Amino acid sequence: MSDVETARASAPARPRGLDIGRAVRRVLPPLVIGGAGLVAWELVVRLNQIPYYILPGPLLVLGTLVRDWGTLYPSLLVTLTITGAALLVATVAGVLIAILFTQSKLIELSLFPYAVILQVTPVVAIAPLIIIWVKNIPVALLICAWIVAFFPIVSNTTLGLNSADHNLLNLMQLYGASRRQVFWYLRLPSAMPYFLGGLRISGGLALIGAVVAEFVAGTGGTQSGLAYRILESGYTMQIPRMFAALLMITCTGILIFLALTALSHLILRKWHESAVAREG
Amino acid sequence: MSRGIPAVVQLQHVDKIYGNGVVALRRLDLDVGEGEFLSLLGPSGCGKSTVLRLVAGLGEVSGGRIEWPSANGRAGLPRGDIGFVFQEPTLMPWATVFKNVLLPLKLRGVPAEEATARVREAIGMVGLDGFERAYPRELSGGMKMRVSIARALVTHPRLLLLDEPFASLDEITRFKLDNDLLALWARQRWTVVFVTHSVYESVYLSTRIAVMTARPGRTASEVAIEAPTPRDEAFRTSLLYNEYCRQVSARLAEAMHS
Repeated sequence: MSDVETARASAPARPRGLDIGRAVRRVLPPLVIGGAGLVAWELVVRLNQIPYYILPGPLLVLGTLVRDWGTLYPSLLVTLTITGAALLVATVAGVLIAILFTQSKLIELSLFPYAVILQVTPVVAIAPLIIIWVKNIPVALLICAWIVAFFPIVSNTTLGLNSADHNLLNLMQLYGASRRQVFWYLRLPSAMPYFLGGLRISGGLALIGAVVAEFVAGTGGTQSGLAYRILESGYTMQIPRMFAALLMITCTGILIFLALTALSHLILRKWHESAVAREG
Repeated sequence: MSRGIPAVVQLQHVDKIYGNGVVALRRLDLDVGEGEFLSLLGPSGCGKSTVLRLVAGLGEVSGGRIEWPSANGRAGLPRGDIGFVFQEPTLMPWATVFKNVLLPLKLRGVPAEEATARVREAIGMVGLDGFERAYPRELSGGMKMRVSIARALVTHPRLLLLDEPFASLDEITRFKLDNDLLALWARQRWTVVFVTHSVYESVYLSTRIAVMTARPGRTASEVAIEAPTPRDEAFRTSLLYNEYCRQVSARLAEAMHS
């Protein structure tokens, strides 16, 4: 077994732990750019004596974030809840719809155009209708966010379920596999990388959908999300608070993306090319 | 073929016309005898792979018949008795070597304990002990092919179909796998149908070679390789081997112009 032994001997000794130097080299450049931008922003504001209600400096925004945390944090939780619920429903419904599509070409042909229509219609345009029809505001917001978030999961998962290796399908047929076995042992694992790719896109979209819907709904009170805080701050000229709320939304989006990327890596790292570090 | 050996499968006047109108096979006759190592040799696109797929039940014949005389009179395809190795390793990238080899048994609902023993046995047969938990991407091309062979052997098939399995491997690895396959065949004596476009490989491995014409394919001639088995590297340089290679090459040239 000469080829076996060669492979065993030359198995690369890949460093398992985190390579600190490499991590620093990757993170440092964007941090430097970001820091320089913030300094420039602060300087422009101070040197030109721009009033805070036109453009607040980053230090003031940060200060406002800390000062108004008590108001902003509950709003963040409201927005996050809607985003999370929308993403969950989009994932479950998206995967189920994709599975339905792959059961019959007729079903896919009949329904796919409507999924596309739902996707390309701007949510800002349909949100008011949904808010009128659905009395319960959080549910209305959830529906809006779901509409924005579900399409990437449906289209990616459908593609993935249909892209199983056809020789493996032949093999399954040869061994007399049932439809259900083909689905569980072959189609579903084949679709995993595609599904996770869709999920990463949908995570960000669910947040955007939730925020847009909140804007349209414009509901105040204790149940208001970050979008309403931005609207409210605009009306009352509290521009630094507006920036602080915006900062929270952006950070939330980044965290959602990072979390879903980590999840994807965790699931695919053993076998998929996208998650395998290139050597040499 | 030398008469007297019972046939495992007989193809009689088999036609295969694909949906796009391509006539892949026309009136192909072929008997596969119990325990023989039969190579189908022919130019690319002559329908060699089509023959294997039809035998495996992965397609319907357009005309003629495929008979299974020794299947105890039972009609239809004895699916459990066939192992298939594709041109590519065709492994599930998300599953370990162990789980890839386990697949056919899992599909059949073989109890876990028995399945585990048989998977270990098959992995051992192809010389991959210790690689049970490796993923396909961690293996070389030759090792992936070994996994694919182990998966075909795990059901203890009576008929093993190999579709140019080593075509994409380098020569050194191919020679090694040829030898290992021959050694396994000498021990187990399943019936093998091996598709190849290499005269040298077919002479080295086979007990009989069926030479096919260009498309539409049919068997043009047959050559029995009457060299003792097991064979080894010495056979590759022997006069007898060279003589057979010359003969088979001539038959192939004939078949391509007929």
